[in-house]
Amino acid sequence: MASTSAPALYEKMFLIRAFEERVRELFAKGDLSGTTHPCVGQEATAVGVVAALEPGDIVTSTHRGHGHFLAYTDDPDGLMAELMGKATGVCGGRGGSQHLHADGFYTNGITGGMAAVGTGMAFAEKLAGSGRLVASFLGEGALAQGVVCEAMNLAALWELPILYALENNLYAMSTRIEKSLAGGVLDRARALAMECRSIEVDDVMAVRAAAADACHVVREQSRPFLLEMKTYRFQGHSLNDDCSYRDRDEEAEWLGRDPLARLGNRLDAGERAAIEQRCHERIERAIAAAHAAPEQDQADIGAALWQA
Amino acid sequence: MTVGKAIRAGLEQKLAADPAVILLGEDIRDPYGGAFRVTQGLSAKFPDRVFNTPISEAATAGLAAGLALRGMKPVLEMMFGDFVALAADQIINHIAKFRWMYNGAVGVPLVVRLPMGGRRGYGPTHSQSLEAMFFNTPGLRVVAPSHRHDAAALIAAAIDDSDPVLFVEGKLLYATAMSADSPTFAVTTSDPPYPAVLLSNAAGGTPDVTVVTYGATLTLIERTMAAILNDEEVTCEVVALSQIAPLDAELIGESVSRSGRLLVAEEGPRSWGWGAEVVARVAERWGHKLKARPARVAALDLPVPASRPLEDYVLPSEAEVRKAVRELMLG
Repeated sequence: MASTSAPALYEKMFLIRAFEERVRELFAKGDLSGTTHPCVGQEATAVGVVAALEPGDIVTSTHRGHGHFLAYTDDPDGLMAELMGKATGVCGGRGGSQHLHADGFYTNGITGGMAAVGTGMAFAEKLAGSGRLVASFLGEGALAQGVVCEAMNLAALWELPILYALENNLYAMSTRIEKSLAGGVLDRARALAMECRSIEVDDVMAVRAAAADACHVVREQSRPFLLEMKTYRFQGHSLNDDCSYRDRDEEAEWLGRDPLARLGNRLDAGERAAIEQRCHERIERAIAAAHAAPEQDQADIGAALWQA
Repeated sequence: MTVGKAIRAGLEQKLAADPAVILLGEDIRDPYGGAFRVTQGLSAKFPDRVFNTPISEAATAGLAAGLALRGMKPVLEMMFGDFVALAADQIINHIAKFRWMYNGAVGVPLVVRLPMGGRRGYGPTHSQSLEAMFFNTPGLRVVAPSHRHDAAALIAAAIDDSDPVLFVEGKLLYATAMSADSPTFAVTTSDPPYPAVLLSNAAGGTPDVTVVTYGATLTLIERTMAAILNDEEVTCEVVALSQIAPLDAELIGESVSRSGRLLVAEEGPRSWGWGAEVVARVAERWGHKLKARPARVAALDLPVPASRPLEDYVLPSEAEVRKAVRELMLG
């Protein structure tokens, strides 16, 4: 996509972090309703993978998709307005946090469901000979879904150009991976003779490099690839989660590996401050614009259920 | 031509006309040609467009969704309609949702073909009429040919549709001759793409009863109502819809306004069925036209048994139709 320099990647990651923190504050204030699944701590997987894509490539995402969305679209205005349910939101306020679409970006709120849809998209691109690939984000919890196992089998069998970008944050809500998954993550891919690799996420540049290597295999050989990225969410599954099931020492260890802080510390202090200032300003502008935006007209609620 | 061969002809016509059309399903390629042989010969004619899938109904429904979102027009065959339960999440939470929840920015033009219904002794998990599970999911169109419909045109219309279509194929219809002409009924057909067929044996007079039905159940209704005319001189208009959901009740209301009596017949279980909605819609809008309490003929609220006599007992029968008509005529 755009620049993959360290400052550019830092800016994308910081935008996501700051966006998610402001979303949490807006919920606390009562400006947002429903819930949200913050991706704080996981910005490097979103930014690293998306930075390895080519223009026109497709991304499918999950319930925890704000980071993926911002990395792909760089559109905090459209996302903030969507979260506020405004007419200017990317889906006119109909989808909200978990149901986002813009260009080649698609999310849905059913765990693992988009892995199958993304596999179909990869099939479409292969049939069209477009050279595009699909990066399909999923969590380790989704590996327990039958439809994900089925989709990966199909992708391997039919040699479909899809990168399964698996964010292993160790917890499916409160259930730790050892309690939900028998065997190893990569064993799933190996059983299907699918290329795979596991990386620790503490450096977004390393994530980008690993994703780029994986995308090269996917694109050049038209084969699926499972990239496991070991990461950690710094906050609860959703707003209503105090992480009482997690060990505080474990949390502290992962906080100490925060890819955002590590990259930020490597930047020139003045440049870093300017980036952060720019991100904060963009987000405040997005919030102000969303507040000022018109509500959806209830009279239009039936539109687009069918093609006109 | 049988309904099964007509569906094949419609598929072939669309494969030839539109390069975006592809077929997906279990064992649909030659030499097998699908469990009911509907796709037989198509993989020979379109070798790169007909795909045998693994036994993965959920993922293949997701696959079809992804294909449709990216410009293809997939037609997915469920080997038995019962297996659509395995794909329910993809159909309800993905396929039916995308266009609306993405605010009209995408479309999901796909067809899921569902061989439904019993009377072949296949037992509880291979004989159901599960389409009722999808009637109240907004965003899904449910279409069912009868032997009086042009099944080739209907499947072609479903493929041309910009929205997802569940195409319900009564298994008994595969071997049933398709004909718009009947020796005992005057047959008229409403406008495409999903016409209703109106059958009348009232010979231009006022019909005694309006019977509303769809799919393979029309054969039971035609047979029985013809016999009832002979035996009891009760005339009828039969409205056989092809688009069964969402329900457009206009033609039903017009017929009920003529007859004043409504019978709804379907093969699925009686409770929470299609007939319940038809009766409710008629009652809401044309209730004042009714001369008798509306009647429903449907399956018992039980699984479909394998044993032939038990299956006949559970599924709607000629005797039940006769009883319902008699009660309607008594008011």
